[in-house]
Amino acid sequence: MSQAGLSYEQAPPYGLPLRYFLTAPLFLQLAAVAAIPGIKDWTSDPHTLAAIALTHLITLGFLGMVMQGALLQMLPVVLGAPVPAAGWVARLGHTGLTLGALLLAAGLYRAQATLLHLAMAVLAIGWLPFLAAAAVSLARARTMSRLTLIPLRLAWLSALLTVALGLWLAAVLAGILDPHAIERGLGLHLAWGLGGWVLLLVMGVAYQVVPMLQITPPYPAFYARWAPGVAFAALGLVSLATVADLPALGDLGYGLIGASLAGFGLVTLDLQRRRRRRVTDATLLFWRLGMLSLLALAPLPALYLKLPGEWQAPTAMTAGLVFLLGFAASVVNGMLYKIVPFLAWFHLQSQTGARAGTIPNMKEFLPDTQAMRHWRLHLAAVLWLIPAPWLPPAYAAPGLLLLALSAHVLWRNLLGCVRLFRRYGGRLA
Amino acid sequence: MTPITRLLTDDHEHCDQLFAAAENAVQARDWARAEREFAAFSQALAHHFAAEEQTLFPAFEARSGLNGGPTFVMRSEHLQMRELVEQMAAALAGQDETGFLGASDTLLMLMRQHNLKEEQILYPMTDRVLADDADLIGRLQETLQGN
Repeated sequence: MSQAGLSYEQAPPYGLPLRYFLTAPLFLQLAAVAAIPGIKDWTSDPHTLAAIALTHLITLGFLGMVMQGALLQMLPVVLGAPVPAAGWVARLGHTGLTLGALLLAAGLYRAQATLLHLAMAVLAIGWLPFLAAAAVSLARARTMSRLTLIPLRLAWLSALLTVALGLWLAAVLAGILDPHAIERGLGLHLAWGLGGWVLLLVMGVAYQVVPMLQITPPYPAFYARWAPGVAFAALGLVSLATVADLPALGDLGYGLIGASLAGFGLVTLDLQRRRRRRVTDATLLFWRLGMLSLLALAPLPALYLKLPGEWQAPTAMTAGLVFLLGFAASVVNGMLYKIVPFLAWFHLQSQTGARAGTIPNMKEFLPDTQAMRHWRLHLAAVLWLIPAPWLPPAYAAPGLLLLALSAHVLWRNLLGCVRLFRRYGGRLA
Repeated sequence: MTPITRLLTDDHEHCDQLFAAAENAVQARDWARAEREFAAFSQALAHHFAAEEQTLFPAFEARSGLNGGPTFVMRSEHLQMRELVEQMAAALAGQDETGFLGASDTLLMLMRQHNLKEEQILYPMTDRVLADDADLIGRLQETLQGN
């Protein structure tokens, strides 16, 4: 009889997800700082090379980094589905994402084909082994909650499409492929990356962690079963409409994407409102901001193309900021404040066999006051930056400094937790 | 859902509610209420552990021949949880809100992961293996009620 999933023995060593988690805030900080000198180049239009470079420092260097690390931790433990060769996958994934994000950003910033060629190769190494290993794990996971498996499998497919489209776009920009249809490719890459990989992954994780962290009722079964499929189908419609030039189908697809954002935001906020646990911590606040951001974004996919031409670029820019910083980064921050200190406690306890009272608990590993300091800086940065695309470029600078500072505080908070773990004799490997 | 899975999953939920009530009272610094709610929680948790360790696990081990496997892991996690509960009790006695909430936060993460594994893997296994043990449910119910 299989015991898969029962033993924490299959939890990877602390150092495995940690290398991702400790690198990620540095990329957010880099993105914020790098955005200041060329501020005029990106605030006006999300399709400039500078804007695309900055976006990838955040999506690959920060979000993708944390998401890979978290999945390598979660798949074996929460879904009971071991990841083959997890150590190697993490080494390749982490190195590939780190170097790849830097090369891609540099290649785009300087519009240099050689750097883009290198970035493509390195990013393929960063993603493909990870996706292959995750595929094995997701295919094997049968015993655990099917409701979580569906969005995770769809997120996996979306990630594959996003990476494939990304490589294609990079090849076009590097002059290897014909630039014909680059605009369409860009739209699809964006849709599958943000609406597919990021949104579906967060949904799958939320099904497990929202009821767990705040003691809320579970996601309604009907919603939980159908919502990921609807979001995925909507992306499929949008893709079909883009490829086959069918605007009416595209309207339907974009409308459904908006409905998916709104539905997930509303259902999650409602569950959190009905939570049994009254304790309000940084994680809850980060998640609420994330869900409110989704609600704010919901009307946009359907309305965007109907906006006056001169409004489109700043609207897209604002939407990007709300999605990446207001939604995705907030949710990721909230998760980090639970995962990193819990794993510190858990590994230290398992390694030393110490009695619970003799080692620090989660909140001693990462005090609330520190997490709240980060939360306030993050909120201030997001609120400051939201109107930036509509105002003179110089306006954005203080917001970017706030963002850099908030990323720095996150990094210090995580590092402090790991230092305490080491001081008590914890081993990372 | 099959009978053992249903019974013990419902009891997990019951324990979660009592846990939240105790934590809420501590956060409100209502120490008298906190004492009551925490006593109710730790008692319910102790009964739950007793039902598993003294009735369900031995029956499952005897029938399946699996002594060192899944039940061993669950028992060792019970031990970790008991220690955190002790730590919460000590913090409560000293009216140490921060100490209590730090330990309870840790316990919640551990407990909910543990419950998930039981509900999705171990209980369904016991339901299959012990389907013909007619009075097992009755014995489990008695222990859960503290008799």
